[in-house]
Amino acid sequence: MPASLPDANTLITRLADAIAPTLTPNTFIVGIHTGGVWVAERLHVLLRCTQPLGTLDISFYRDDFSRIGLHPQVKPSNLPVDLEGRDILLVDDVLHSGRTVRAAMNELFDYGRPASIRLAVLVDRGGHELPIRPDFAGHTLTVPSNQNINLSRLDDGHLTLTLA
Amino acid sequence: MKIHIRNGRVIDPMNARDEVIDVFVVAGKIVGLGTPPADFHANRVIDASGLVVCPGLVDLSVRLREPGFEYRATLESEMLAAAAGGITSLACPPDTDPPLDEPGLVEMLKFRAKNLPGPRVYPIGALTQKLEGKLLTEMAELTEAGCRAFTQADAVPTDPQVLLRAMQYAATFGFSLWLRPQDLSLARDGVAHDGAVASRLGLPGIPALAETVALATILLLARETGARIHLARLSTREGIAMVRAAKAQGLAITCDVASTHVHLSENDLVSFDSHLHLVPPLRGLRDRDAIREALRDGSIDALCSDHTPVDEDVKQVPFGESAPGASGVELLLPLTLKWAREMGVPLIKAIDLISWKPAQILGVPGGNLSVGSCADICIFDEAAEWVATPKTLASQGDNTPFLNHSMQGQVRYTLIDGHIDFEFAH
Amino acid sequence: MNLQLNPDGSLRHLLTLDGLPRTILTHILDTAESFMDVGEREVKKVPLLRGKSIFNLFFEPSTRTRTTFEIAAKRLSADVVNLNIATSSQTKGEAILDTVDNLAAMHADMFIVRHAQSGAAHFIARNVAPHISVVNAGDGRHSHPTQGLLDMFTIRRFKGEFHNLTVAIVGDVLHSRVARSQIHALTTLGVPEVRVIAPKTLLPTGVEQMGVKVYHDLEAGLHGCDVIITLRLQSERMKGALLPSAQEYFKFFGLTPAKLALAKPDAIVMHPGPMNRGVEIDSEVADGPQSVILPQVTYGIAVRMAVMAILAGGTTA
Repeated sequence: MPASLPDANTLITRLADAIAPTLTPNTFIVGIHTGGVWVAERLHVLLRCTQPLGTLDISFYRDDFSRIGLHPQVKPSNLPVDLEGRDILLVDDVLHSGRTVRAAMNELFDYGRPASIRLAVLVDRGGHELPIRPDFAGHTLTVPSNQNINLSRLDDGHLTLTLA
Repeated sequence: MKIHIRNGRVIDPMNARDEVIDVFVVAGKIVGLGTPPADFHANRVIDASGLVVCPGLVDLSVRLREPGFEYRATLESEMLAAAAGGITSLACPPDTDPPLDEPGLVEMLKFRAKNLPGPRVYPIGALTQKLEGKLLTEMAELTEAGCRAFTQADAVPTDPQVLLRAMQYAATFGFSLWLRPQDLSLARDGVAHDGAVASRLGLPGIPALAETVALATILLLARETGARIHLARLSTREGIAMVRAAKAQGLAITCDVASTHVHLSENDLVSFDSHLHLVPPLRGLRDRDAIREALRDGSIDALCSDHTPVDEDVKQVPFGESAPGASGVELLLPLTLKWAREMGVPLIKAIDLISWKPAQILGVPGGNLSVGSCADICIFDEAAEWVATPKTLASQGDNTPFLNHSMQGQVRYTLIDGHIDFEFAH
Repeated sequence: MNLQLNPDGSLRHLLTLDGLPRTILTHILDTAESFMDVGEREVKKVPLLRGKSIFNLFFEPSTRTRTTFEIAAKRLSADVVNLNIATSSQTKGEAILDTVDNLAAMHADMFIVRHAQSGAAHFIARNVAPHISVVNAGDGRHSHPTQGLLDMFTIRRFKGEFHNLTVAIVGDVLHSRVARSQIHALTTLGVPEVRVIAPKTLLPTGVEQMGVKVYHDLEAGLHGCDVIITLRLQSERMKGALLPSAQEYFKFFGLTPAKLALAKPDAIVMHPGPMNRGVEIDSEVADGPQSVILPQVTYGIAVRMAVMAILAGGTTA
């Protein structure tokens, strides 16, 4: 099975091509920690975005907090521009249940009221539990619920998708 | 009642006896050792094989909580507990409510105690009226009522003039004063030994100076007045050194320590357990070790339980608000044995500290197993192990720092005046 | 037995910084860092503790500390109930446990406890139901762990590291739970030299055994310091023969611009508040460029949010 996963860098290029026609000068790219930030960084470059890149740690918005507690390494969210009236491109690595994206949108709204939010993911693996669908997906497949798709980054910055 | 105690190891410090020998008791007296007197037919034979037969214990400080504190413990419960601890005579301090400062109160206590099973009760009278440290009590009248000595309980009078006059007056009649050396102003607001542990825990401290300053005053006044002084509950290395020096100079004083202080120190306070809130406070390790050594070399004359039963309500509060004191009549023997084992001290010397020596300090019969003396006898199993729990302890006060600790040494029978007042139920 | 740690080493209650491992201290400080911007956002709240009930149990009144805990709890979306329980002699004793049991029956999730007796928070922690966490908000002279943590947070923000610092704590260490918490945290975090500067009447017996250097001379003690923490001197200290007067104290132990000049030029000045200007600190110093006293207050909220979030997340449902 692992062999069937496409190359992450190819997928990012494909994503950028899909997003590019829809990009406005007002678009603000926000990556979700940790994998989403890696993807967002690449997109930010490929799309030659002039706005700064935003990052989001949704630890404080998780709906499973009372079951699993606080993530041991919470990173600060960094949204360097005012969200009021912005077009936001929210970026994550893998879309599964949709709960992370819900938490991310809740957090975004605590910073201000954006004009729109669109979602870009590297892989949509199915298994959605909420009415959340990506606007852009690099790859779509169905993975059994007992398996996970992970994005990892090597020291040289190379991104790899693995199935475990 | 004729009792034959068969085959026990008889340890009698006063007579320097340590041998397996039979003991014969008739009508409250020891009537024979080894061979029965003529015409002896036992009503009861106690098989003491493998057990130690020693003089009943004499405890110099047991609070029976009557009058005034019956909700904490009753005379019945605590006298039974004392008997279960092998105690046959006890001294009861006057810090009751009202304090034992009038003959009527002393007579009432003696009367109540006499009609209950359990040890002989010897009240210690209040040295000053209401224990306020101002006016002397009627010491002679109180002595006639049955007081064996006089004390301010947990403090010396803050006014040295009162103490001087109390000593002069007591010396007139030859009465004994039992004083706990603690300067109240130096101890003010304190709840723990003023040392590194209390500093770390933020507990207001009682410095060792509170003991030594008071001790210096007492020793100087005792020398001057010739009063008979017993020093109660020493706790510091310096205090012990002062007593040792005074004795070496020929001053006729005696002293005791509480059995808790032989084993515990400030280091045990770290969890803020209010069962370790004691008076005097648990001191440093070096103080504890000085106590252990002074018991061995005879600088300290006796060990007592300083039994202070309180109910859990006053212990189930933050440390500084809790009532001080520990229940201890049933732990006096095992804690003394534990000290002896750990220090390599012979059993006969350990038993001396809780029977013959305190009997002399109190000036009462008992504390020995001579033929013709009263049959106050403790029979115990030196090796038996048990755990101190509210269930195994008869005292109404479950407030001991040794709760759930394993104890070695267990009383099997306690004979008081020739009656079996306690018999261990398996 | 360690009352404040779970068997797996995670935080169960926060009672004292004494004996807490460095990893836990650092984790709290790191988490506080990520809560820092919540106060600057449009919506100053995260939904982390939504549905949790936090009870401020103040047996000793303190509007200031209670307010910072309240703000922190509300920024985590918890429901906060404030109880100011007077410690008159009638409400002592079993009343504490009764109060605790009653609140537990109202499904409390966390108690923030302030009490005049050292060890009170330990006592309550020992007696609460397993799902309830206790945060010590100051017990007697013993401990004030969140204040100690916010002071470490402040030092880290301004100085970056701990391993190269000289820190002086000036004033009434004897009665100060804040000083005790600071000393434990500073030594655990690797500060090589922690000094206490005070007259002998205001230092606890054997304070050196907590790992500090003792100075009785302010000028000598301040020399070469990177961080100076002044402690509040309460006016009742003048009554118990500990000090003759506030004036004499200020003359010899008050932090003035001239005394401050003896420390390193970039030294920061801290104070746990509330300040007695002209007693332990000169207004010119308190309001001066080296003072970080107001940032301390701001950081206090993020640090308390971090403590509550870590404790609430650590409880097993």
